[in-house]
Amino acid sequence: MYHPLDALFDFQRALEARLDSDWLRGATGGTGAFPPINVFQQGDNLVAILEIPGVDKGDLEIQVKDRAIRVSGKKTFAYPDGVSLHRRERLTGTFDRTLTVPMQIDADGIKAEYRDGVLALFIPRAEADKPRTVAIS
Amino acid sequence: MSPQELQVQQKREVEKKQESTVPTRTFLPTADIYEAENALTVVLEMPGVDKSNVDINVESGVLSIEGRLDFSKYEGMQPVYTEYNIGTYRRSFTLSNKIDQDKISAEMKDGVLTLVLPKAEEAKPRRISVG
Repeated sequence: MYHPLDALFDFQRALEARLDSDWLRGATGGTGAFPPINVFQQGDNLVAILEIPGVDKGDLEIQVKDRAIRVSGKKTFAYPDGVSLHRRERLTGTFDRTLTVPMQIDADGIKAEYRDGVLALFIPRAEADKPRTVAIS
Repeated sequence: MSPQELQVQQKREVEKKQESTVPTRTFLPTADIYEAENALTVVLEMPGVDKSNVDINVESGVLSIEGRLDFSKYEGMQPVYTEYNIGTYRRSFTLSNKIDQDKISAEMKDGVLTLVLPKAEEAKPRRISVG
């Protein structure tokens, strides 16, 4: 019997194995390394998943140019007046990161979903970029 | 003050007291805690956790929070480049105040859980007479 926890463990190991792989060849430009990005292959297409908890959807901007996808925005929150702060680990500030993917993409077909502080970018591979099977005559 | 550039906060893994049979990774959510006259507020970042997958428990003066990911969303995806790992979030705090457990309120927005824990009225001193 295959337990769901085993599946999670295997997936966590797969993520670990790809940690800072050279697949992007250093093509994640921008200022600072926030937010962290994971990139997955799903069939022919790519899915980039970014963790940005506490960022309001309205403070998020996504731009696409050629093979580059730029995600920028800000994270703001305030503490109520007159409280005593016991623990402060969360950070506020701005971010700006560009992901350049090593393949031609269909820029108009990119979809973005933001849910529970996680941004998912669905990036379709351009038709022209897909390999063709050559028939032998 | 000009806004600061955000830096990546490496996820901290939970140090377990007991080992689990399946050695999955568990992470500590980033937290803010502040206190007002009537209540204690705990704010936790748990990106990817839906509000239906959050457990909050107060027992013997310890507040425990667990957030689970819907890991099925990753089905059919092969990682090609990764910068972070994912897993269950778990964290607990020893409370120094008595909390009115029935009045704890929780709100989840953009992967951030805000818990408001109202302080209980202190138990009044009792006189015990020797019969």
